Amino acid sequence: MNGNDFTFVLDGENIRFEPGQTIMEAATQAGIYIPHLCYHADYRPRGSCKLCTVKINGRFGSACTMPVQPGMQIDNDTDELTAMRRRLVQMLFVEGNHYCPHCEKSGNCQLQAVAYHVGMTDSHYPHFYPLRQLDASHPDMLLDRDRCIACELCVRASLESDGKAVFGLAGRGSRTRVVVNSESGLLGDSDFSADDVAARICPTGALIPKREAYLRPIGARQYDLRDIAHNAPPDPPSPEQMP
Amino acid sequence: MQAVDYRQINRILDEHRRDPLRLVQILVRIQHDYGGCPPAVRDYIAKAVNVPQAQVHGVVEFYHFLSPERLGDYRIYLSDNITDRMLGNERIMAVLQQDLQVRRGQPRADGRVHLDYTSCTGLCDQGPALLVNGRPITRLTPALAGEIAERINAAEPLDAWPAHWFQVEESLRLAGPVLAARSEPGRALQAAFQQGPERLLKEIDRSGLRGRGGAGFRTALKWRVSRDAPGKAHYVVCNADEGEPGTFKDRTLLTRFADEVFEGMTLGAYVIGAEQGFLYLRAEYGWLYPHLVAVLARRRAEHLLGHQILGHDFNFDIDIHLGAGAYVAGEESALIESLEGQRAVPRTRPPYTATHGYLHQPTICNNVETFVKTTLIARNGADWFLASGTRHSPGTKLLSVSGDVARPGIYEYPFGVSVQTILDACGATDTQAVQVGGPSGTCITPLEFGRAISFEDLSTGGSFMVFNRSRDMLAVVQNFTHFFAGESCGFCTPCRVGTQLLRQSIDKIMAGHASARELADIAETASTIRSMSHCGLGQTCANPLLDTLQRMRPLYESRLTSLDFVPGFDLDGALAPARELSRRDDAAAHLGQRCDELGCIVNSEGAGARR
Repeated sequence: MNGNDFTFVLDGENIRFEPGQTIMEAATQAGIYIPHLCYHADYRPRGSCKLCTVKINGRFGSACTMPVQPGMQIDNDTDELTAMRRRLVQMLFVEGNHYCPHCEKSGNCQLQAVAYHVGMTDSHYPHFYPLRQLDASHPDMLLDRDRCIACELCVRASLESDGKAVFGLAGRGSRTRVVVNSESGLLGDSDFSADDVAARICPTGALIPKREAYLRPIGARQYDLRDIAHNAPPDPPSPEQMP
Repeated sequence: MQAVDYRQINRILDEHRRDPLRLVQILVRIQHDYGGCPPAVRDYIAKAVNVPQAQVHGVVEFYHFLSPERLGDYRIYLSDNITDRMLGNERIMAVLQQDLQVRRGQPRADGRVHLDYTSCTGLCDQGPALLVNGRPITRLTPALAGEIAERINAAEPLDAWPAHWFQVEESLRLAGPVLAARSEPGRALQAAFQQGPERLLKEIDRSGLRGRGGAGFRTALKWRVSRDAPGKAHYVVCNADEGEPGTFKDRTLLTRFADEVFEGMTLGAYVIGAEQGFLYLRAEYGWLYPHLVAVLARRRAEHLLGHQILGHDFNFDIDIHLGAGAYVAGEESALIESLEGQRAVPRTRPPYTATHGYLHQPTICNNVETFVKTTLIARNGADWFLASGTRHSPGTKLLSVSGDVARPGIYEYPFGVSVQTILDACGATDTQAVQVGGPSGTCITPLEFGRAISFEDLSTGGSFMVFNRSRDMLAVVQNFTHFFAGESCGFCTPCRVGTQLLRQSIDKIMAGHASARELADIAETASTIRSMSHCGLGQTCANPLLDTLQRMRPLYESRLTSLDFVPGFDLDGALAPARELSRRDDAAAHLGQRCDELGCIVNSEGAGARR
């Protein structure tokens, strides 16, 4: 291998990459899906949901944060990893309160879509049934912490795209939760707007616009039609694009 | 409790230059002075240091010893390591709750007293121990607890309490070359100046010194990588966040060998070219702060710190940062986040601390004991160091011995010493198991007492907890598993959720509700957590369960129900609130939950049957 050989091996396939790319970036560019929830191409990777865990030269690591090195041998779509990812998604489901059948986000929800992708058919673990605060104080947006997976995408988007810092994380361990940057702690008292990038970034239904819930019927939504692996990268749809 | 005095808060803010990097330090002081960081104070601080309110809120809620509301004039934290348990801390808690008329974790009605458990306070050799407003009281008895409660009820300030209550003993049981060393401040520095930084680094390299925190990374390699990394400035950090339950050797080193610690940091600065160092002191050792500040002041006066150290063209100074209660801050990148005033969440690696540490500049971060050993190597040479230990683990290791032993305390042994040798020396009899390296380490049984303390066999940061045959090892596992569940930072999914799942599993086993399937599930869940977690906390949190499942499986099996399947839902338990509300406690108000031989749920005798 010489210094100009910018290829690595992903599930037995030779993949070209550009120097400086992470495994996730190189795989996405090559059209290969690695399950993820906290990763978004527009923001610095955080590496916390751990769904993108792959085996790198035999050792586990996060695809979204690990820079590719020439010649790396990476396992992604294996039975072992899929089984472990299924457990991770199940952990996320039992940790919060996720009511897919009557959730407005159903069909557009990445958590639900990834769960289908990794073959989750039950929750496996006992539910925690946590008591979490719902914040409906904002005229246009709803913050339902029951569905929050602490991916910090709203925190990052508000800070990096909107220049606002509306959100932050507080608590620790299983009590980690999103808090709002206002004196009352309520979303309605912050400078958050439904036009913010952060308003369209949530991979679940935790941060969701009001009065748009069923404009498109369940069954005809983004992930109802195709597996998340075959969907275009889930760009936040602009309000005009909403049906 | 005094009203919030904003002039005093301004003074604290000014002392810290209203620097957002010192947010944790500011909040630690506010908590100390006012017993909490209530919303109005948080908002004031956020504006003063110019950070979002949510950030101040996030920091306050992250650390155990910071609180979003005021907790009272007396804030009592009873150490809850397993060794404190074995010494009767639950009885102490009962006495304090009774005499203070307060319930654990809930402020007293008059808002003056707060009482709770906390993770290991590093006083396991003299437990049960507590911290009251940060000051330690050891060797608690129910009688002493009663006296403490009396003084609190009489609103007597801590300074008026008997001074000997706050004495902490340092029991040096077996001195090796480190503990026997005579303190001669500056001698190692003089030796270093004579040989120059490159030769000093080569000498440390030749000594084979490896990090004493437990991971065992080569110290010289860390320093070389850091020195060679480009940056605006280089930094030296001493990790004095000794949080692994059962470890207290850094407490002894900071008490008796603070000069060697600071001199080691200064040597590190000399090698990598740093001008600023930090000692990150765990909150539980906050009572050592005045002593350490005094040693720093003396060293400045002796020209061993500050401008032109010993007349050489070399400037370096050390700042002490206090932790605020977070085991995870012992992980070096989390520690650096905390040093920068943030929640102590481990960073993503690469890049590593050596090249991107404090303020993303090259930083060396070493354990207290590692710095002491650096000082001794600079003073006595690598050959002296290499005279003890094994080929891959040269030198000695300080062990914190506690639990069922006649002589708890600090023991210094060359690496390679067998567990049995230590047990004989500390007077352990009828030993059932030893937990080497704390909850994240290894639990071994008598079959393995011939194994050696070393990086190549039983690696340890210094914790050595002994359990005799009268102990319920599953209660030990339960204590450790609860510890991890309480200390997970919440950043990554497998650790945040997985530590809770493991806690549920051991609780279920202890309550006698588990089936054989539970044991298989633990192994599978543990493997997901271990493989996918972000840092060492998650990667090791299942060790207590896995080690004992492997070595003491009958203990688990004896607690299982004989059935293959037990429903996870306790119907009778769930009906308890309804019974309380309807004031019914007759037989028909109970629905037991039993399974027949086919696994079908049947009502327990006397419930449905009698109707």
